[in-house]
Amino acid sequence: MNNAIFKDHDADRRAKTKWWASRIAIYSALLIWTVVCLFPIFWTITTSFKLAPDVMKGNLIPWVDFTPRWKGWESIGISPRLIGEISTVREEFLKRFWNSTIIAISASILAVVLGSLAAYGLSRFSYKFGFMRNSDISFFFLSQMILPPVVLALPFLVLYKSLGLLDSRVGLILLYTLMVLPIVIWIMRDQFQGIPVELEEAALVDGLGIWGSFFQIVLPIALPGMVAAFILSLVLCWNEYFFAALLTATNATTLPVMVASQTGSQGINWWSMAALSSAAILPLIIVAIFLEKYIIKGMAAGAVK
Amino acid sequence: MSTDGDLLHTVTADDISNNRKRLGKLMVWGTAGLCAGMALWQLAYETGHIGNGFDNWRPILYAYVLWATALCAAQVIVNGEKGKRTLFVLPAALFVISLVVFPLLFALYISFTDWNLASPNGPQPNGWDNMREMWNDQFYWNALKNMVYYVLAVSVEYVIAFGLALLLNAQIRARKFFRVVFLLPLMLSPVAVSWMIGKSMLEVRFGPVSRVIREFGGEPSFFGSPEIARFMIMAMDAWTFIPFMMIMLLAGLQALPREVIEASKVDGATGWQSFKEVIFPLMLPVSVTAIVIRIIFKLKLADVIINVTSGGPGGATDSVTSFIFREYRDRSNVGYGTLLAMVYLVLIVIFVTLLLKLVSRWMERPA
Repeated sequence: MNNAIFKDHDADRRAKTKWWASRIAIYSALLIWTVVCLFPIFWTITTSFKLAPDVMKGNLIPWVDFTPRWKGWESIGISPRLIGEISTVREEFLKRFWNSTIIAISASILAVVLGSLAAYGLSRFSYKFGFMRNSDISFFFLSQMILPPVVLALPFLVLYKSLGLLDSRVGLILLYTLMVLPIVIWIMRDQFQGIPVELEEAALVDGLGIWGSFFQIVLPIALPGMVAAFILSLVLCWNEYFFAALLTATNATTLPVMVASQTGSQGINWWSMAALSSAAILPLIIVAIFLEKYIIKGMAAGAVK
Repeated sequence: MSTDGDLLHTVTADDISNNRKRLGKLMVWGTAGLCAGMALWQLAYETGHIGNGFDNWRPILYAYVLWATALCAAQVIVNGEKGKRTLFVLPAALFVISLVVFPLLFALYISFTDWNLASPNGPQPNGWDNMREMWNDQFYWNALKNMVYYVLAVSVEYVIAFGLALLLNAQIRARKFFRVVFLLPLMLSPVAVSWMIGKSMLEVRFGPVSRVIREFGGEPSFFGSPEIARFMIMAMDAWTFIPFMMIMLLAGLQALPREVIEASKVDGATGWQSFKEVIFPLMLPVSVTAIVIRIIFKLKLADVIINVTSGGPGGATDSVTSFIFREYRDRSNVGYGTLLAMVYLVLIVIFVTLLLKLVSRWMERPA
């Protein structure tokens, strides 16, 4: 960026100050937004180690302003002191955590399987179901994104009631799959369109069927895209609240429902809420830090054609 | 069917015997008959015509799944190679159709009944009563009006997201660090965010934001007046979803052809000029995609509202979704709530279709 060659001329010095000014502006903007992004997370995690006086005095920095205590984490049964003992609150928490994990992972796998197959078919063959051609079928799948959850919620409540699926993991898995399927198809169609068709033609010449060439040739190439789609769905399913709040009561409640149900009742009991919130967000923060590449890949897939 | 349009051509000589075809058809119709028969049986049992039946409709679901599987298998049995091609799309299509189309039809029926889960009578069709009730329901129209505000807030989010994307695209150190940090808010569940920010940081007595405002001599009140409460909801939602737009825009920026920007520099464009005349026009398609998707997500906004304000004060922050959620939660009003949701769906479909039409017409015109 610095295009001044001789450093002692007046104009060159001006260029240099201008360059420094832009550097400072860029980095301060970056730092400000970093604080905006990180402060709520920092606040939540530190608050989970605070006691009531620390909260009221507004102490911010651990070990300087206040001594971290495990009180908040004890309220969900996770702390060095309680970890060996049997604790009902921890059981409760782990049950919700486990529900969330199972539902999010199964729904994402199901969505990636169904979505990849459909996206591959749509990107390679031309179909005709009645009046629906390829573009119509694609539009049909993608248009599901518009569907607001609230339209499906009440019919599903009634349907699940008669099917005995209310408050069950299977019910939520089916709904979440439906919810993320358009996004998966969107990402995967983009992936498959980027794979040259000659590869499969070569495989067909060598004697594989279309399914054989799909599994042995195309899938390994499209794997990063599938991982991206999987992680994006995982995030969406893990965070979903609306359906879970309506369709579960005791057995299949997920972590967001648990967090939401505690919000009102705790009053100034901030440490336990903070611990619960931290526990709910930590898995995804870890996912974000280590698999950031895939998340960005997934979201960028549809943006750039 | 012609295979002219196929990108991947397959040449196969299928000679499928008549027996095989018959077997495939038998499978489909047999399982369909089983499913329909069981459904009729159960219906008769529930209406009291038959003495014994199942506890719930679950067995009919199994029969339906069996039928769906048979339908998929029959594609290959009856159509051979062509069926194998159909098999790619069919499972997803069946899945979506059975989970969307049937519930939607069912919803259409419910929305013209007076069904209240608390009432013992079950659904009774009540014609246009729900419609009339909606017409006079100030809170619903208010929620729709709020949705307009919320959607308009996307423009501000877009400006911030574009700025951040430009920053990340500049020549900076530790780009990966900043990218991860800026991405983090998107990972957090809206419910956790509504506690972290809405209920604790913005808490009037001890929240850190209130403290800062008191430092400066102000009197913090975040959810007291309608305008500020609505702004706070918008801000929280923006905080979570700005990374989403930012990443799409960043991907767009990174895909821009370098030469064009360099050419504009050579021609003596200042930073602002090259942004206004080169980068921004080139980014239009990506921007439009990002904005449209963001609006679609915005139309589903509910979690934060349900958990922070429950629509208050006086419905000022209500979104349609959160309003219907409470209509169901507090009043068990399934019939009326479903009608509101269906009307909302129709409005959304009209709005999004118009938006896409407008966008495509506008994009065709040279900027």
